[in-house]
Amino acid sequence: MMRFSTLIKNPADWMKGSGPHSEIVMTSRVRLARNLRGFPFPGFSQEHQRIELLKAARPVVEELPEMRDGYSVDYTELSKVRKQVLVERHLVSREHAARTTGCAVVIDRRQSISVMINEEDHFRLQGIRPGLNLRGAYELVDRIDTEMDAALPYAFDGKLGYLTACPTNLGTGMRASVMLHLPGLVLLDQINPVIKAVGKIGLAVRGLYGEGTEALGNLFQISNQHTLGEGEPEIITQIEKVIEGVIRSEQTARAKLLEDHHTMLSDQVGRAYAILRFAHVLTSKEALNLLSMLRLGADLDIITNCDRSLLDLLLLEIQPAHLQLGAERELSPEERDVARAEITRSRLLGIQGPLDAPASPSAN
Amino acid sequence: MKCDVCEAEATVFLTQIINGQMTTVNLCEGCSKAKGVTEETGFGLAEAFVGAAPRAVETSPDLACASCGFTAAQLKKIGRMGCPECYDTFRDGIEGLLRGMHKGTRHVGKRPSAIISTAPPPKPRRSSVPAPAPAPVTTSTITTPAIALKEDTPAPLPPDINKLRAELDLAVKEERYEDAATIKAEIDRQTKDTAAK
Repeated sequence: MMRFSTLIKNPADWMKGSGPHSEIVMTSRVRLARNLRGFPFPGFSQEHQRIELLKAARPVVEELPEMRDGYSVDYTELSKVRKQVLVERHLVSREHAARTTGCAVVIDRRQSISVMINEEDHFRLQGIRPGLNLRGAYELVDRIDTEMDAALPYAFDGKLGYLTACPTNLGTGMRASVMLHLPGLVLLDQINPVIKAVGKIGLAVRGLYGEGTEALGNLFQISNQHTLGEGEPEIITQIEKVIEGVIRSEQTARAKLLEDHHTMLSDQVGRAYAILRFAHVLTSKEALNLLSMLRLGADLDIITNCDRSLLDLLLLEIQPAHLQLGAERELSPEERDVARAEITRSRLLGIQGPLDAPASPSAN
Repeated sequence: MKCDVCEAEATVFLTQIINGQMTTVNLCEGCSKAKGVTEETGFGLAEAFVGAAPRAVETSPDLACASCGFTAAQLKKIGRMGCPECYDTFRDGIEGLLRGMHKGTRHVGKRPSAIISTAPPPKPRRSSVPAPAPAPVTTSTITTPAIALKEDTPAPLPPDINKLRAELDLAVKEERYEDAATIKAEIDRQTKDTAAK
């Protein structure tokens, strides 16, 4: 099994802004909820029961071919900051990271598959792929699910499907979610009708960061809410269809920005570049929103020599736990703002600012 | 005689004649409690299975899972189950809830390779048959079996049985007792076949 530092050292392929529709879709994730018969769900079990389950199940997960040479850790042996790093990488859930005794996570070498043990359910299996590729993400988890099924007695009911702690996950136990970057729709003030329309079809939309309706960095997550009564392929096909619609709306919005609001667009991108490039104090909120504008500028060739992967990695590096991991100590919020500005300045050092004379839209 | 709902030994035998049709149901201690058939008040197949008794999570707040002691009151409060077997206990109560929550109430999609499904694992349940069995609440003293990795488990039932069981459950629920009898006969036949192998 590999060490934490080795796992974290190299970015995963899905962090590098590649994949289908990567100018708008950051990642596709699929998670499956699974439980074992004969054990109370983690939320209602006693510590010794969780430990017993962990002892029996963790080796099984570690032995999966996909997990060979991966990373496996018992939460009692993982510091708060390291747990938080895994949360920021979307490898474990916030809820799972808040637990300790009886909990563990096993992550594959490529940071594409993770199995959380004793989350809300006994197992949460997750697969991540870059861009719009829910099918690819599902294939990852489907395979390890089948392998785990061969060795562990899953709780399953002919009518209700996979039995889960919360009835909202019954049936397939599958939650498929797509992370989208939608600055065009936000700038044109068209995001709310889109969110409403998607909600009506029975999908959930929420901001990736930020409280309530606020979506920092113009990042949104769309996922299915129904898990019972539809098969996995149907659920995925439906989400993909909806996402394709959202992608078209965002593309139209971006074209409109270039066409009708070129000055406003150049101003936003230019300001974002200037602040990120020269600031010495950056709050998380400010950085996320400005990086969103810079990414839009790069996608629309207003910033010409900026690789998208650099920005997507920076988005991770400026998160609180990543900053503290880099500093090798705990940082106060004020110290983090300084560290955030510092790493941002250094990463953007080689990036040229937007052209003074804006390229005409037709030149793109 | 085995319980119609799970694999445990049946200790409660119910016979009822509805429209001249005789229906027999065999239940183990746990399932009979779960279905509420041994309670003095609701002694009727129809009531026990169809849920003519109050629906939704409004089932008696004292109704508890025989396996982990989780109560209907707790379910109502936190909206989550105590253990997988809770779904057998509260099945009727959550039907309405599921209807509002999901696209359907019947699973479509992936299934475990060898479904062992609804049958709860062997529990101290059987040995506690004559006991008044006060459902252990929250501080449940469940003696969880060590996880039996599949190599160690007895030959799993063929998936058909579980499908049939689910069908039987549904048939009884919908008062299609003739169907229920046919399905039950088929289950008995297949179970014997499996045992014979």
